[in-house]
Amino acid sequence: MSASSDTAVKVQRPPSPPRGWSRERIMGWALVGLWSALALSLVVYLFRAWNPELFAKYAPSYLSGLRVTLTLVAVSIVLGAILSLPICYARMSKNRVLNAISYGYVYFFRGTPLLAQTFLIYYGFGSFRPQLEAIGLWSFFREAWYCAVFAFALNTAAYQAEILRGAIESVGKGQWEAASALGLSKLQTLYKIVLPQALIVALRPYGNEVILMIKGSAIVAIITVYDLMGETRRAFSRTFDFQTYLWAALLYLSLVETLRHLVDWIERRITRHLHR
Amino acid sequence: MQSVWALLSFGPDGWGDDLAYGVLVTVSLALVTLPLGLLIGFLVALAKQSGEASMRLAGNIYTTIFRGLPELLTLFLVFYGAQIGVQQLVRLVRPEAVVEINSFVAGMIALGVVFSSYASEVFLSAFRAIPRGQYEGGYSVGLSSRQTMRLVILPQLVRIALPGLSNLWLILLKDTALVSAIGLTDIVRQSSIAARVTKHAFMFFGVACLIYLALAIISSFGIGAIERWVGKREAQR
Repeated sequence: MSASSDTAVKVQRPPSPPRGWSRERIMGWALVGLWSALALSLVVYLFRAWNPELFAKYAPSYLSGLRVTLTLVAVSIVLGAILSLPICYARMSKNRVLNAISYGYVYFFRGTPLLAQTFLIYYGFGSFRPQLEAIGLWSFFREAWYCAVFAFALNTAAYQAEILRGAIESVGKGQWEAASALGLSKLQTLYKIVLPQALIVALRPYGNEVILMIKGSAIVAIITVYDLMGETRRAFSRTFDFQTYLWAALLYLSLVETLRHLVDWIERRITRHLHR
Repeated sequence: MQSVWALLSFGPDGWGDDLAYGVLVTVSLALVTLPLGLLIGFLVALAKQSGEASMRLAGNIYTTIFRGLPELLTLFLVFYGAQIGVQQLVRLVRPEAVVEINSFVAGMIALGVVFSSYASEVFLSAFRAIPRGQYEGGYSVGLSSRQTMRLVILPQLVRIALPGLSNLWLILLKDTALVSAIGLTDIVRQSSIAARVTKHAFMFFGVACLIYLALAIISSFGIGAIERWVGKREAQR
């Protein structure tokens, strides 16, 4: 007994792979060193360019810009989610006409740049000013903010409809059939059986969509909405100080990274029953 | 009031030729960015699947930064940052020099790094889909690691990565619209000018959207052809 365990200890293991300074390893550390040098020079630059006057003047406007960005994204994501429900329904229905219309909608909004869509709504609807004034909608389409929300909601609705459709279709057909065999109605099946499974699949694409919207929302600065990017452009055009852009980059980056980790955390939490 | 067709004609008072020039700029920017982004993306993916932890870290930092920044901000960072940086370098030699960065090049670099950070993820998942046995097989028939990469891994990698890359191409095509913000005369910029001059904003931005749709449709035909071609080579083996 003890002899066998002795031999087990003495068994020669295969040699561990060499841990010398291979070319790859040197290059890897050189690249990490390069990144650290860049990060360090960024810190040094921001420290040396530190200007209390500038900070006191523009920090509040950056914060209000950040608030505008977050509000814009939140409002348009929620409106888009509501709008995506009928689109998703039409996309999955067997009715030819509904299907074609929703397919065209989704294809248009996914196939054209968000910038062009925003311009189409903000500048383009100005062509119909008399008609819009006649039906009392001009005060809505005159404001850049409302136009931005409108364009973003329409855009994200197309993407969210596709996410929802993919998630619902990822749930097997047997689930519907089993529920109907148990006597559940279609709506009950959707709420109690299919959606809980589909939303796990949809969580990551939804998180990506929110991140894409935050990044995409920077373009509203071009149509004079003062979001984070708009405030940055205004600060840069007044001071010609490059650190204005670097601060915005740091803010956006931390925002997106926070969200990404949040989505990771939520996903780990709600899929605990699937891990062993 | 001119008719729509007169406005879109190619004559001296039509805007057709200006829009066509915009299409040329958009398409050539996207086509020039593609190889740059693919090359950088492939190298970053190589770093991210390396056995060396420092290499992986360096690659992941690259992706995190350029995937997290808004594309428009990256564009401005490259455009103004490079301008200031190069200007300071040149001023060491000639103090009175004024440097202007070509907005086409700035757009190419900015869109290229954004494209490459997404492409590296696509390549990485394709690398993970290739079993280890392929590398070991290449080693056992006496191929060097470079030859294994070129002759064994790359052909399979391309086939697996193709759907993801074609998605990225469509995204790139749409992202080129952003360069209008740094003054490059692409489709959006040209239609803005036309809209301002003629006051037919809805028509011109609508046409711009339709042009992007047409480009997307043409691309998907091209992608379909490439996929069939790659699939045929697969079938022959």
